[in-house]
Amino acid sequence: MQALVFYAFAAIAIGSAVILVSMQNLARALFLFFIVLFSVAGLYVFALADFVAIAQILIYVGGVLVLMLFAFMLSNKTLLDQLQTGTAHFFALPVWQALLISCGFLTILVYASVHLGSHQPTWITTAETAGSTIAPADSTIQHIGIQLMTRYLLPFEVISVLLMMALIGAAHLTRKEDRT
Amino acid sequence: MITLTHFLVVSACLFSIGLYAVMARRNAIIVLVGIELIINAAMLNLVAFGRYDAERYGGQAFALFAIVLAAAGVAVALAIILNVYKHYKTINPEDINQLKD
Repeated sequence: MQALVFYAFAAIAIGSAVILVSMQNLARALFLFFIVLFSVAGLYVFALADFVAIAQILIYVGGVLVLMLFAFMLSNKTLLDQLQTGTAHFFALPVWQALLISCGFLTILVYASVHLGSHQPTWITTAETAGSTIAPADSTIQHIGIQLMTRYLLPFEVISVLLMMALIGAAHLTRKEDRT
Repeated sequence: MITLTHFLVVSACLFSIGLYAVMARRNAIIVLVGIELIINAAMLNLVAFGRYDAERYGGQAFALFAIVLAAAGVAVALAIILNVYKHYKTINPEDINQLKD
């Protein structure tokens, strides 16, 4: 049952991502991205990372996707013109080159991850034998909070400064130039 | 039983799809979506490996950091896209051929 739900989430994520990249209509592609993000959040729950899943839904679906829809609506007119000129020059690399490169990456990554099963890193096997993996009953939120405020305090502060810089930079880039 | 390999294969598929979107599509917003797919694949790997680290929770903590980085990147990239659109009236990366005003 659990495996079935996992496969369903994985199939939805991969299938809608494939449709997303082959779709010409940008608005539909963005809503498919919505579905991909939701199902990837479901996969995070299967990896026992419920807080990360909730953060994914809150930040991506609530913030990133709304931003993308705004950018789509603000740059909409040219897109329709571009679609009307036909598909002759719609691609940056020719499709077959991009397909070749990404299929090559896919085979290498799948080969590596299939062979990981027999050559697991030692820290994983020791964690499995010692039983120190995350259990489904653990309260991950409490542990993440404690670790963020103790062990990962420096990355936490650095990333908060970086987020502030990015937001100030974005606001600076989009301001009106006239009233200088 | 869902093993580590399942997660790795799914994230490999998402990574390849994102790579294809970055290379083949000629719309800046779809290219951005491809980058987000690649970041999501990396986060799926972090979270899947983080399941074996109950002591430090490194995978999940750094997945959260990756979400923040992706959000910051999207904010700046969309600001740049809007500026480029205001200047060139297009968001096709091949028509944008000069940096100066």
